[in-house]
Amino acid sequence: MTWDVAVNLAIQGGQMLVVLLLAPLLTGFVRKVKARLLRRQGPPVLQPYRDLLRLLRKEVVLADSASWVFRVAPYLIFAATWVAAALVPTFGLGLTFSWSADLIVIAGLLGSARFFLALAGLDVGTSFGGIGSSREVMIASLAEPALIIVVFTLALIAGSTQLSTIAGVMESGAVGLRVSLLLALVALIIVAIAENGRIPVDNPATHLELTMVHEAMVLEYSGRHLALIELAAFLKLLLYVSVIACVFAPWGLARPDAAPAALGIGLGAYVGKLAVAGFLLALFETSIAKMRVFRVPVFLGAALMLALLGTLLMFVTRVR
Amino acid sequence: MRRAGRTSPSARSLALVRVAMPALFLAGVAGFLVLGILGLALARHAGGRPVVYGASAALSAILCLVAAYDLIAAVGPSHELVLPLGLPWIGAHFRIDALSAAFLVVVNLGAGAASLFGLGDGRHEEAPERVLPFYPLFLAGMNLVVLAADAFTFLFAWELMSLASWALVLAHHRAAGNVRAGYVYLMMAGFGTLMLVLAFGLLAGHAGTYEFGMMRVSAPGALVAGAVLGLALLGAGSKAGLVPLHVWLPLAHPAAPSHVSALMSGVMTKVAVYGFVRIVFDLLGPPDWWWSMVVLALGGITAVLGVLYALMQHDLKRLLAYHTVENIGIIFAGLGLALAFKANAMPAAAALALTGALFHVLNHMLFKSLLFFGSGAVLSATGERDMERLGGLIGAMPLTAFAFLAGSLAISALPPLNGFVSEWLIFQAILLSPALPQWGLKLMVPAIGAMLALSAALAAACFVKAFGVTFLGRGRSGAAGRAREADRFSLAAMLALVGLCVLCGILPGFVIDALAPVAQPLVGGHMPAQAGIQWLSIVPVEESRSSYNGLLVFLFIAVAAWLSAVAVHRWASRAVRRGPAWDCGFPDASPATEYTAGSFAQPIRRVFGTLVFRARESVDMPAPGDMRPARFEVQLRDLIWELVYVPISDAVGAIATRLNFVQFLTIQRYLALVFVSLVGLLVALAVAP
Amino acid sequence: MAAPNLQLDIAHMLAGGLVLASFLLLYQNRIFALLKVFALHSLLLSVAVAWQADIQGAPHLYITAGIAVVLKVLIIPGALYQMVKRLGIHREVETVVGIGPTMLAGMGLVALSIVLMLRVTETADTLAREDLAFALAVILLGLLTMVTRRNAISQVIAFMSIENGLILAATGARGMPLVVEISVAFSVLVALIVIGIFLFRIRERFDTVDMQALDRFSGERT
Repeated sequence: MTWDVAVNLAIQGGQMLVVLLLAPLLTGFVRKVKARLLRRQGPPVLQPYRDLLRLLRKEVVLADSASWVFRVAPYLIFAATWVAAALVPTFGLGLTFSWSADLIVIAGLLGSARFFLALAGLDVGTSFGGIGSSREVMIASLAEPALIIVVFTLALIAGSTQLSTIAGVMESGAVGLRVSLLLALVALIIVAIAENGRIPVDNPATHLELTMVHEAMVLEYSGRHLALIELAAFLKLLLYVSVIACVFAPWGLARPDAAPAALGIGLGAYVGKLAVAGFLLALFETSIAKMRVFRVPVFLGAALMLALLGTLLMFVTRVR
Repeated sequence: MRRAGRTSPSARSLALVRVAMPALFLAGVAGFLVLGILGLALARHAGGRPVVYGASAALSAILCLVAAYDLIAAVGPSHELVLPLGLPWIGAHFRIDALSAAFLVVVNLGAGAASLFGLGDGRHEEAPERVLPFYPLFLAGMNLVVLAADAFTFLFAWELMSLASWALVLAHHRAAGNVRAGYVYLMMAGFGTLMLVLAFGLLAGHAGTYEFGMMRVSAPGALVAGAVLGLALLGAGSKAGLVPLHVWLPLAHPAAPSHVSALMSGVMTKVAVYGFVRIVFDLLGPPDWWWSMVVLALGGITAVLGVLYALMQHDLKRLLAYHTVENIGIIFAGLGLALAFKANAMPAAAALALTGALFHVLNHMLFKSLLFFGSGAVLSATGERDMERLGGLIGAMPLTAFAFLAGSLAISALPPLNGFVSEWLIFQAILLSPALPQWGLKLMVPAIGAMLALSAALAAACFVKAFGVTFLGRGRSGAAGRAREADRFSLAAMLALVGLCVLCGILPGFVIDALAPVAQPLVGGHMPAQAGIQWLSIVPVEESRSSYNGLLVFLFIAVAAWLSAVAVHRWASRAVRRGPAWDCGFPDASPATEYTAGSFAQPIRRVFGTLVFRARESVDMPAPGDMRPARFEVQLRDLIWELVYVPISDAVGAIATRLNFVQFLTIQRYLALVFVSLVGLLVALAVAP
Repeated sequence: MAAPNLQLDIAHMLAGGLVLASFLLLYQNRIFALLKVFALHSLLLSVAVAWQADIQGAPHLYITAGIAVVLKVLIIPGALYQMVKRLGIHREVETVVGIGPTMLAGMGLVALSIVLMLRVTETADTLAREDLAFALAVILLGLLTMVTRRNAISQVIAFMSIENGLILAATGARGMPLVVEISVAFSVLVALIVIGIFLFRIRERFDTVDMQALDRFSGERT
């Protein structure tokens, strides 16, 4: 009995470490693939780890006008994102604490993190921070409802908002191909692109450009604070990839009380999925141009509409 | 667990409690009335403020505890207390059931906090003689509405509440715009009461019984019931602030002194919700399914429009008032869902939706009062409500800023605070709705869900703006630089509410269990008991479907943040150097370059404003060499005011002009007019069957 | 939920994909991208038709699919592409209403078609009913695209997406005579040629393909 609990706790703890350790790798991989697609050499895949360590060792330069919100926000942003990422099934189902939060809560946790990030952007009182915050909340005000409605669609298909239950239902093959799922997938990908500030919504690699969003908010951060915020951003990308993978590609997920071998298979499958998703993301980003900021609402509005359409179809056709 | 742990009172003492309960609350109301008189007497006296507010706070606290006991111990409906007041052959009836008890908790909790805040903040009041007499009267009115068990008493109390609050709105009648606010409020309050009079008239029917007990058993026909629903929506909805009846609310709520604003926004709108629930869920009998479509549509539209209006404001208190409109929309959406499920005999789902809505009533009272206190503290400290002239207050008012931040998180429906829980419950209820048989509802409910999600996301945007522009950054005017921290009573009121917001957020199971006896008689079912569930999770339907544990989420975040902070400080660097802001190398920009409330809302205004507000931006850029400043103007139009209210007021004006000649008749003609109408009425009476 | 039937599911998915592509048409406001999306639309249609041919065992549908691929995926978009290039038409399509409200209206139309079809054909098989609903949605969305665009080329494309919707409906309903399809295909080709010539003429004469500009001249005939 206690052994079981210990094993389960170890798996949950392992999940927390796995997401934390893999997140910079995913970003480094995406950067590398992008560079190679552009026929550049690109930084090594492990560069994000080095960046984080370097930032952690540096001193923090705080603006004179920064308040305690500015200093507390990185820790809260990181904590909320990490908790959310740790509750998404990555290599196995039925994590010990997966029942403490469903998909709506995960969306809410990301909302909390964004709330503090936007406040931090406003805290120093510079115009760049303000521009980033105001655009971030505009993007979020459309992306978040789209995400919630995708959750509705999934919940109607699986009869649950618990992510591990949804993944279990999807893996069992009882669902089949549904148009709603297609719509939800498209909407979720658009939301993921927008929320992670990827091209065509925002460019994660740019500075000193009036169209930047995320980078503008964190412009005043330095040292360990910046490291935590960067890590939170890596985690968020990993989280969205994990959600998409565990709902739309649930193959290889280990069952709740699986043997270590199954866990190993699950982990291998997970890393494989991350690699595929990272490659596709890099391919997508290199083949498309960044949008004007005021075209983003239309893009996200389309996601909202598609998600709503998917839910509508579910509502209509579910009862047979 | 908790309920079993209490000493279960024997049947006899329970019966005694049931008899004593209404008398106890009436004594409280009488106490408030005495305080009103005292307030009148002591208005100009220095001791008036502590006496009135202190006694109000104590009285409210006692009443709140008693009501909470009534609810948690599940005392059950009290005996009806009849006093020989009011209409001679009816008397005044008072009764407390679980629904009243729940709203008595909300009313008196809000009243207690507001009194505590008034105790401190009231010292900045310039005209205490215009506030102190009416304040306890207002509290008495709100309590009485919830206690009343017959139509006459209900309407009387409703009017008492309206008029007392109207007097409080006009406390600062010399400030610009306040007289207009009072005028519009009086008009809308009169309209609302008229609608309620008609609703009760229809409910009373031919039998002419004004007691709620009799109304409950008589079932009106479908047509009459529909009309009563419409009238209740107009009457209670106008007081609660349903779009398009909300116009008075953002004018009147900010005009009153801050703690009264908190009461009006946090509590009085809830009394209006009580009126709606009492009439539609309790007195009106079984609902038709199409009622829920009306309520859902109004709720969804109200939620989205309320928050969009709020985003366009730069007056802090008006922004909060518009948010009240949004939250009322969320509550009504929950009530509409409950109606839909009730009409289709799905009691468990109906109980979930109703519990979500009632939980949101409590939550909104908590965080809206908190936010109004915060804005009141800012107003007292700086003399400014305009966010464009504030900024950087977190340095001078750290505790107020902390409280306002907590309230902002709660109202933005972010976990692990309380606003999230009630919205989560409503979302769970929405996910049960594919089982509804009607096509209209099937298509409508997901759209309402989308609107609620949209309004939640926009609310977060709005409170980033409200908190960020007011408290963060650098001060935009001298007033912001002179601010001082609020006094200790105000801070106590705010921090107590912060505590309650957190508690309701991380331990929602207890609130849900307390609301179970409320839902049972209204929709014929209640949510599964939450108290025994492992780790204090909440499970609205069944475990495999969904569960949420606010406590664990809170702990996880706290532990993760603490761990990361400790690890970073222990093994990495802890060095900090202060320097000027980097800002991409712009040297020493003045606070005038900061983002303002208007510029912060600009992206969202571009997205939604052209459709909803017909927003137009115009730039007046002088030619090179011209020394006059460039101007940027935004024009927003309030379409609801233009399309609904202006035509009505024009029509009234036109009719008044036509009938103007009546003013100049001779005495003889007036007498003739009176005589003719009297005869006409008598003839009508004679002819009528 | 019943055990899924993969064959029908794929058919269903393709039909749903066509609705999605129609939304893309509605959303897209650049002409070249519009042409590509239309090619995708037609490609989805031909795959859907081919799939129906397979599961219905109706080989003549393969011909329909083939016609669709050759004509609507390759020739017509290619021809229009050349035309746009040679004409040097302004590459952003002017829309009459904003894209947001248009998408909302599109949602409403899809909901309408679903409710309508499910109500009218209560006795039929579920998936066939849904396919019919999707086909109706594609047609209505095409009409909406036509109404909301000012540019002649995008109107032509929208018109042909309506055509695609009709073909989807016909194949879903088991068996439209081949003759009809061929004639339909030819009529589209003829329409294309006619429209192409018209476009050149319009362009020569009025120096624009904006329909509003044409409206201004419509009074001249008398």
